Amino acid sequence: MDTQRKLMTSNDSNIGRHTSALLSLIYMGAGQIANGQWVKGLFLILVETLVIIPNIPLLLRTLKGLVTLGEVPMQDHSLFMIIYGIIAAFATVFIILIYLLNIRDAYENGYSVERKPKQKGLKATFRHTRESGFPYLILAPGLACILFFTVLPMVFNIILAFTNYDLYHSPPKHILQWVGFKNFVEFLSTSSWSITFKNVLIWTVVWAVLSTLTMYFLGLIMAVILNNPRIKFRKTFRTILILPYAIPGFISILIWKGLLNTNFGIVNKILAGTFGIQPIPWFESVFWTRFACVLVNLWLGFPYSMMLITGILQGLPNDIYEAATVDGASSFQKFRFITVPLVLFAVAPLLIMSFAHNFNNFNIIYLLNDGNPPVFGQQGKAGGSDILISWVYKLTFEALKFNFAAAMSIIIFLLIVGFSIYNYTRTRSFREEDMLR
Amino acid sequence: MRVSNRTLGNIKLGLSYLVILLGVVFVLFPVVWTFSSSLNPGTSLFSSDMSIIPKEVTLKHYRDLFAETNFGLWYRNTLKVATATSMVTVLLVTFTAHAFSRLKFYGRKVGLVAMLALQLFPGIMNMVANYVLLSLVGLLDTHLGLIIIYASGAIPYNTWLMKGYMDGISRSLEEAAIIDGASSWTIMWKIIFPLVLPMVSVIGIFSFVAPFGDFLFARLVLTTPQNWTLAVGLRDFISGRYGQRYTQFAAGSLLAALPITILYLSLQSLLIGGLTRGSVKG
Repeated sequence: MDTQRKLMTSNDSNIGRHTSALLSLIYMGAGQIANGQWVKGLFLILVETLVIIPNIPLLLRTLKGLVTLGEVPMQDHSLFMIIYGIIAAFATVFIILIYLLNIRDAYENGYSVERKPKQKGLKATFRHTRESGFPYLILAPGLACILFFTVLPMVFNIILAFTNYDLYHSPPKHILQWVGFKNFVEFLSTSSWSITFKNVLIWTVVWAVLSTLTMYFLGLIMAVILNNPRIKFRKTFRTILILPYAIPGFISILIWKGLLNTNFGIVNKILAGTFGIQPIPWFESVFWTRFACVLVNLWLGFPYSMMLITGILQGLPNDIYEAATVDGASSFQKFRFITVPLVLFAVAPLLIMSFAHNFNNFNIIYLLNDGNPPVFGQQGKAGGSDILISWVYKLTFEALKFNFAAAMSIIIFLLIVGFSIYNYTRTRSFREEDMLR
Repeated sequence: MRVSNRTLGNIKLGLSYLVILLGVVFVLFPVVWTFSSSLNPGTSLFSSDMSIIPKEVTLKHYRDLFAETNFGLWYRNTLKVATATSMVTVLLVTFTAHAFSRLKFYGRKVGLVAMLALQLFPGIMNMVANYVLLSLVGLLDTHLGLIIIYASGAIPYNTWLMKGYMDGISRSLEEAAIIDGASSWTIMWKIIFPLVLPMVSVIGIFSFVAPFGDFLFARLVLTTPQNWTLAVGLRDFISGRYGQRYTQFAAGSLLAALPITILYLSLQSLLIGGLTRGSVKG
């Protein structure tokens, strides 16, 4: 019996999984051929011979460029070399991945040959390959876009944070140098920079909290009022109130910029005309610029929260309210003790998302007043209403301190990621309470 | 007692109407003001004859927009970029979301988490790299370059949105199709795709609208005024010595906002549904 099985498994092309894996390790495709998969094996051999091996010198040269960042000024362009270097690194990882898959494939096929020597027909193999490759096929275009236009720029950014790329060291005239953590150290320990950073960070957090809260507060009030069936024309009012959401934000902000203009804006004219108030320096004083940012954000943002909360209100179970009425609760009590907690519960994750969004709400800050007014003594052109993200923009395109901008964007990213993870675990435990069921 | 309850109710109702009225004024004021500015004969923000109800109504600014500026060209560019962005985004997102939602493959979990993390990274931080990258492949100052940047940036978030929606579709349909011998490709286009059309339209609209509102990347990539999109052009009207061409800006911004506003208002419920469903799941 035993000898019979041995006889059966040791026929012509069966060489075992370990040997075929080893063969594929030595040369891509060799193991597949040993397993009797001629087409696949030949294809892999061709790939290694014609594509991979001839390009290895180029890969190594490009990777070396990433380390040296160039040697001859005006001839080697450090930025391009970084980009090529990152692409080469991607390619290397990709090749290694294919190689590993090739070995795994040989191992698995060797295993199935050991157990069942009869190979699948060519047609079945084709179909199998096509179906198991399908996920990768449809992922490829999207992932390629992400790889080149999101991941690559991120890596590029991280690399810049460790170089000396600024106005005085800009390629191709100069070769960039690696400086290690110098940017971070300088950024956080030089007193003028760290004070600026602290000021901007505090305002960023205050801004994110204020803008989110005001926006949800007004949204809640409007949604609750418009949810009252005794109000007439509710649909018309709702449509009017969501108008700001339907106008491209960029245009609205520029319109508001005109309305609030200190000398000629209609808002100041009306305030002076009806209340006799002195012109408010909307864009010249730090306080009023910040106020204007929150106000404009309120105008832009409350329709969104109103719509969300309207949806939630309409889904609230009626019986709780009926029970409350029976118990003699006033309508304010119902609002305070039923509506608010239930809405807050449902809206909490979105509130946090809005907070994260406003934390990086570049458009309002930058388009309304360029992050100004200027503040004496602040580094890197940071103005009185600048938040971190708009400061990064200014560091990049106005102060041309690319290295600091990159270092700061890493700091921002870490802040957001930390916040998101914290928030994720919090909402998880939140949900497990199952309050609404 | 009943009477006082009723008067109390009426007072509350009156207060409610007051709040609504204030809200409506707050919302409409900038819009109405812009509209009346666009009809005003003056040209700048500080013309003395600017008032909410124009003393004299003229359509001159609208005519000038097309006759004297590149506004028509910018409008065409924006429509072109927006349409292409929307189509590319929908196609790519359908692919990736389908793979993540319906298929099993090596690296699926890692991919999903990576998408979530990438979406947290603000696009502004990619600007320098994107600029260098586009200049390397010669796509600076082209619409194609801008479209690629917009579409790539839209993939991670929308993949999650679409995946969440696809997850709600029962597997029994596919299983039946597999038994009938349908290929993966057929299942994707003939079975899943028709079922996710509502989400496809939500993503399509959002990514169509994005180029209308984006100033930063358009400004970075497009340098020739003939290639500009509306956002860059409109900002140009009022940059420099602010207020000089305010009325022209007002007319232009109304024309630019009009299609988007109509689109949003008419598809209100669809868009809101898509938003809440996608975000609550995340």
